[in-house]
Amino acid sequence: MMKDSEILLFAKNKKLPMVQRHFLILFLSSLLGACGSENPEQKTSLLNAPYPTQTGGTLMGAMPSDPSSLIFMVAGESASSAITANLFNSLLTYDQNLDLAGELAESWQVSPDQKTLTFHLKPGLVWADGHPLTSEDVFFTWQAIIDEKTRSPYASDYQLVTKAETPDKLTFVVHYDEAFSPSLDSWAGLQILPKHKLAGQDLHTTSFAQKPLGSHYYQLKEWRHGEYIKLEKNPKSVLGPANIDHLVERIIPDPGAQFLELMADNIDSLSMDPITYARIIPSRPELQAWLNQYESLGNSYTYLGFNLKRQPFKDIRIRKAINLAIDKQEIIDGVYLGLGEQIASPYKPGTRWSNPELKPYPFDPQQARSLLAEAGYKDSDGDGILEKDGKKLSFEVLTNHGNKEREKTAVIIQRRLKEVGIEIRIRTIEWASFITRFIKTGDFDAVVLGWQLGLEPDQFGIWHSSQQKPGQFNFIGYNNPKVDQLLERGRREFDPDKRMHIYHQFAEVLYEDSPIVYLSAGYNLTAIHKRVRGIMDPVPPAGVGYDSQKWYLPMPLRRTQIQAE
Amino acid sequence: MLRYLIKRLFWMVPMLIGISLISFFIMHLAPGDITSTEATFDPKSSEESRQKLRELYHLDKPVIVQYGLWVERMVHLDFGHSFASHQKPVFWAEKDKDGNVTPGMIQEALPITLMMNIAGLVLTLTLGVPLGVWAAKRYAQWPDRTITLFNFIGFSIPGFWLSLLLMYWLGVIHPWFPISGLHSLNYEQLNAWQKCQDLFMHLFLPVVIPSITGLAGITLFIKNGMLDVLSQDYVTTARAKGLSDRAVTYRHALRNALLPLITIVGLSLPGLIGGSVIAETIFAIPGMGKLFYEAVMMRDFPVVMGILTIGSALTLLGNLLADLAYAWADPRLRKGVMPDR
Repeated sequence: MMKDSEILLFAKNKKLPMVQRHFLILFLSSLLGACGSENPEQKTSLLNAPYPTQTGGTLMGAMPSDPSSLIFMVAGESASSAITANLFNSLLTYDQNLDLAGELAESWQVSPDQKTLTFHLKPGLVWADGHPLTSEDVFFTWQAIIDEKTRSPYASDYQLVTKAETPDKLTFVVHYDEAFSPSLDSWAGLQILPKHKLAGQDLHTTSFAQKPLGSHYYQLKEWRHGEYIKLEKNPKSVLGPANIDHLVERIIPDPGAQFLELMADNIDSLSMDPITYARIIPSRPELQAWLNQYESLGNSYTYLGFNLKRQPFKDIRIRKAINLAIDKQEIIDGVYLGLGEQIASPYKPGTRWSNPELKPYPFDPQQARSLLAEAGYKDSDGDGILEKDGKKLSFEVLTNHGNKEREKTAVIIQRRLKEVGIEIRIRTIEWASFITRFIKTGDFDAVVLGWQLGLEPDQFGIWHSSQQKPGQFNFIGYNNPKVDQLLERGRREFDPDKRMHIYHQFAEVLYEDSPIVYLSAGYNLTAIHKRVRGIMDPVPPAGVGYDSQKWYLPMPLRRTQIQAE
Repeated sequence: MLRYLIKRLFWMVPMLIGISLISFFIMHLAPGDITSTEATFDPKSSEESRQKLRELYHLDKPVIVQYGLWVERMVHLDFGHSFASHQKPVFWAEKDKDGNVTPGMIQEALPITLMMNIAGLVLTLTLGVPLGVWAAKRYAQWPDRTITLFNFIGFSIPGFWLSLLLMYWLGVIHPWFPISGLHSLNYEQLNAWQKCQDLFMHLFLPVVIPSITGLAGITLFIKNGMLDVLSQDYVTTARAKGLSDRAVTYRHALRNALLPLITIVGLSLPGLIGGSVIAETIFAIPGMGKLFYEAVMMRDFPVVMGILTIGSALTLLGNLLADLAYAWADPRLRKGVMPDR
């Protein structure tokens, strides 16, 4: 009986259960409506043939968790932004080189006193339902995020606005008490919501969060909680229509299951870990035949951070010695299989904010040893660990449990530091406990954690000496008046070139102070089916997903199963 | 009988209060709350907004006050709203003024888990009981040895490993079954019969695999019970009367051997709503196990408490039902339970 149902199901899907492993034959033969007569080489050539741009088709993807809400300002998690980035527009955006550009705004001006920003909206903008999108909507969205009742973790930047105005339907003006240049980034991050749908509603309970209406390339078609989200092309998109008709994101938490779905050709695009990317796929030629692999520098880096309020980390020689004793390339090779980069400043290499003069600290155990000796540490009892005044150079490194990369990184560091006579103990702790019990209270020696390689250069919250209260982000206790002053200047400067100069200086001071050890910045790794065309090559700094509205699926390569819908 | 039932039901109330109190305090023993799991490490978020959130959710108040607030809501059977999922109702669906319905989180997950677990339990029983009887009847011969061997293999194999292996074999190499998920993308367009088929295909692996690994327990239980019973005098008597082997085995022996099974099934009732985190994660099924695990990791207290309350209520109810079924099946017990009748 089971047998019958199988056959029925497959007949319906026009998918023929066929011989082992030849997925290629499997889907191509079903596409052609005939089976088995051609050899794999011909299929490969069909896959590699050029095709003109065309519209239609369905692109399948997978993500690990379900968004909690499709209003990003209250959801705040990455699963939500992955979907809402296709649904909503912001005033500004980042272009392929990660510079600010207009999205809903055609242009923007900073007043001479730098306290007022004026945005000019593009004319003729509409929501997906045809309702005009005006400065009223922008004003409404700003009001919504600063509203007392809205529990947005990101409200603080918008609360700095003292007054907002809409002189006409295409102009939106905001006033600040003092010049605040990160505000431009904040307007690139605020997704504009439709006033005509949301006025008078509570953003936390509104059903709009489940059934949103946006203005971007796609709109929500169906959302089966915990299973999949189906998006449909928005023909009225404010930036012109996309090529692909439907985007489907399946929610598959387990990376193993995600990869099996990719192998069975049920999904087209998948981000993956280094092992899958650099070992498993290359070992399977049949997979390589129909997958393209893309790598680009991700948006975060891993670091070893010291508690600067504790000994021995108050001594810059110790910090520098540890920095020199760690082989960062070894970490990148061992943990990321070489799929990452060393960095010398908290900015993405290659972008304007990254200081090209700075080179990552070299791996130089000899110099590390002499620095430690200079600081007065020597191994007097012969156990291989240095001490000073009877105190061993030994400390605890904490990281969050479940992050394999950080755990492995810590182990590699442990070995290298032992070679120069420093003993470290590694401890992994579940995230919420880690934050509450250790980071907030400042009760730690050193941590392996990550920060963003921000598109906005302002890192006031992480490095300014005023940001050390419990729950704030300068928990390592970094305090350098020179950095404080540079960070304050950077926040007031709107001119990109002058800002660049400020942040290059800032990175230089950080480099000299070595309050943290930059360990690695990993690549984002993606495999995409060869049926997906129009992907920017080489991958721009903004990542493989940039300009994905230009991606297209040539008719002969589409999945029939999905087309039948 | 009725008095006994009312008494038992009445006693469930203080038990539930006790359980919920202990759960509530243990839950709060874990460091951190929703504000330390959500957007904590984004420098764009601020400590002030986190403090605001804490006040809104009453997380700044002493635990006993928070418990009081929770009990106050529970009296009206109001399970509250999730912290992590932005005010999604925990249990009951809600309608807003435009008539749009937001389903409750447990309400969405519970039917899926119940369906899977009931199917699994039925499958385990329908396979385990005959296998156990067979093994007992052919004790220490090849059927017994083979069944025991396979049971132990099934019992020792890690479920997640077998799942991935079968997903690869039956989903990728021979694409007979869907690899993960619960519904096909075109589910809404299917007719009723095709919908059943679709669900069957999606649930096949996630139901069969835990049943295989859970088979060992039931089979051994039945086998040992049967072995005990088969050596009893009344079975010898039945045989001496000249009853057929079939009648002796099924009518006389099996009935008695099934008694302990009632307890097992009764105890597995709360497990029916529990769900398995591993199976649900691997097969991408949005059930109770995943909901609970994520709620704990996010310190989403209303959801954790909602699931624990429903779980403990069902456990108590399962115990009661098992006792009643026992009393119904076993006259000795019936007399013991109700001496006044």
